[in-house]
Amino acid sequence: MVENRPWLTVATHVVLVIGVLIVAFPIYVTFVASTHSLFDLVRIPMPVLPGSHMVENYLQAISAGLGEASGTAAVGAGRMMFNSLVMALGIAGGKIAISIIAAFAIVYFRFRFRMVAFWMIFITLMLPVEVRILPTYKVVADLGMLDTYGGLIIPLIASATATFMFRQVFMAVPDELAEAARIDGAGPLRFFWDVLLPLSRTNIAALFVILFIYGWNQYLWPLLITTDPEMVTIVISINRMLSVGDDQAEWQIAMATTMLAMLPPVLVVVFMQRLFVKGLVETEK
Amino acid sequence: MAGINLRGVVKAYGKTQVIHGVDCTIADGEFLVIVGPSGCGKSTLLRMIAGLEIITDGEISIGDRVVNDLEPAERDIAMVFQNYALYPHMTVYNNMAYGLKIRGLAKADIDTRVRKAAEILALDDDLLRRTPRQLSGGQRQRVAMGRAIVRQPSAFLFDEPLSNLDAKLRVQMRLEIKKLQQNLGITSVYVTHDQVEAMTLGHRLMVLNGGVVEQIGAPIELYEHPATLFVAGFIGSPAMNLLPARIGDGGDRVELSGGDSLALPPGRFAAHAGQTVTAGLRPEHFEIVTDDQSVARLAVDVVEQLGADTLVHGHFGNDRGSLTVRLNGTQNLQARQVLPMSVRPELIHLFDADSGRRLES
Ligand SMILES: Nc1ncnc2c1ncn2[C@@H]1O[C@H](COP(=O)(O)OP(=O)(O)O)[C@@H](O)[C@H]1O
Ligand SMILES: [Mg+2]
Repeated sequence: MVENRPWLTVATHVVLVIGVLIVAFPIYVTFVASTHSLFDLVRIPMPVLPGSHMVENYLQAISAGLGEASGTAAVGAGRMMFNSLVMALGIAGGKIAISIIAAFAIVYFRFRFRMVAFWMIFITLMLPVEVRILPTYKVVADLGMLDTYGGLIIPLIASATATFMFRQVFMAVPDELAEAARIDGAGPLRFFWDVLLPLSRTNIAALFVILFIYGWNQYLWPLLITTDPEMVTIVISINRMLSVGDDQAEWQIAMATTMLAMLPPVLVVVFMQRLFVKGLVETEK
Repeated sequence: MAGINLRGVVKAYGKTQVIHGVDCTIADGEFLVIVGPSGCGKSTLLRMIAGLEIITDGEISIGDRVVNDLEPAERDIAMVFQNYALYPHMTVYNNMAYGLKIRGLAKADIDTRVRKAAEILALDDDLLRRTPRQLSGGQRQRVAMGRAIVRQPSAFLFDEPLSNLDAKLRVQMRLEIKKLQQNLGITSVYVTHDQVEAMTLGHRLMVLNGGVVEQIGAPIELYEHPATLFVAGFIGSPAMNLLPARIGDGGDRVELSGGDSLALPPGRFAAHAGQTVTAGLRPEHFEIVTDDQSVARLAVDVVEQLGADTLVHGHFGNDRGSLTVRLNGTQNLQARQVLPMSVRPELIHLFDADSGRRLES
């Protein structure tokens, strides 16, 4: 695999550069669009170089969004990003907490119907949110959780995939470790806290990155249960900015908001990259 | 400090019984080695003492407490595992301190105990700060021992602690374990499938076969008076030659299936005259004799020169069954040569061909 031929190096780089360009081009267009005034933007041809309205566009996006003029309340991207952040952190943290505890129960305790519980979790892997969205909506509505953070987070918090992943992680931990801990006098919770949790650190980090992005990008569920502009997430708000009927959509603000919406997932990936990769490739326990 | 007592200990997994009633009294300070082939139930028995397996039937006591229903941590034991089972994310120091921390010992006490154990095991400060991943096999083994020592338990339990080491280190660690046990004087139960390890370490050996105790005794006792065919074949290296044979009508000779016969101690086996038996002849008990007093003729197949000894593989007469003879020093021998051989009568072991039990006069 580790061959060192010049033409091979060139070829691989060409492929990589093409890949990067394909992925980066739409993002570049979005960025360009967020730096022009609406007037420049809707002219044909569309500008391909950044314009001079970047600061004002972004300030408006953060503080006021589209403002009263367009019919929506003046809720800025700041507030909506905060909503998204709460939701994404809640979903990522909640999913990890619940699934790691569920996996702990399945792997380390012999209780009645253990395999039944396991297979039920496994089967729900096949049922995405969309399939159970109506009953879930009914339950959340009846509990009065519409337009609350709880309503945004809790229905999405169970995760068969994460449970399954932690189960695999725990099964790779040698039994003798649990036995040594028992001899050392550590009860199950102590063992979980002092041994399993530190051993799963990198896996937790990797999962956190994936789940944070998953939570941040949630669309259908927040769209259904948030009506209060104060509770709207940023992903939903972009959509609302563009659904303006016969009016001219304020593309420059929408694009600025889009750029802002991309930022937190990118930051999470950048800062957790090392742990993330380690968590995905590490096998030794 | 305490002895360990096993009374009618039985283990069954569902309907399959794997330990069939073991009785044994281990004295305070004694080093007992449980030895037997793989899968015979050694680990299971040890884990029952440790409290990691439920005791299906019978009773185990440590000191004067019956421990059947006690958690491992309450049994006042320490265990060393084959794969060491060190906590991978903790430093060596914390690995040793963890159990003490849970017991609620003061920080200063923990520190004293860990430092003392580290000193006994020659683990320096730099090593104490590393994690198990950064240690060699032998060092991990030492840390695992250290974790056992700091607990100051009434008993050490070892489950094949040297199996993951290379041959040279194994011999060295074997000696260290023996010295350590002598100095600390803590009752120890040690499981191994390696009979040499068992012979060198144990005050007494328990030979286990298929979940049944074949014999319990001092190493030399097992070597000189194996109670069963299994023990005879298992203890000693190279293994004892076991040949189908018959006790002569006079009861004073054993007739080997090749046609030759060897003299028995006069009168000892008179009661068994004419019985079919298995004769056990240790490789190292053969002597080359002058032809006229010869009792058995060994046809040489292969000669192995080891320097200190010579191993001769061959067969008796028209019997195709191969046997091994160990002669002192270097010997000038060739294949296809025929050697007149003899074994002193009192060194011949006889076992009942059906039950496999040792025949005593
Ligand atoms: N959890 C278990 N369930 C069923 N059978 C087991 C279990 N653990 C061990 N055994 C059986 O018990 C026997 C003894 O095993 P073990 O004590 O590990 O042997 P040894 O340590 O002497 O190699 C083996 O035949 C093994 O298959
Ligand atoms: Mg074993």
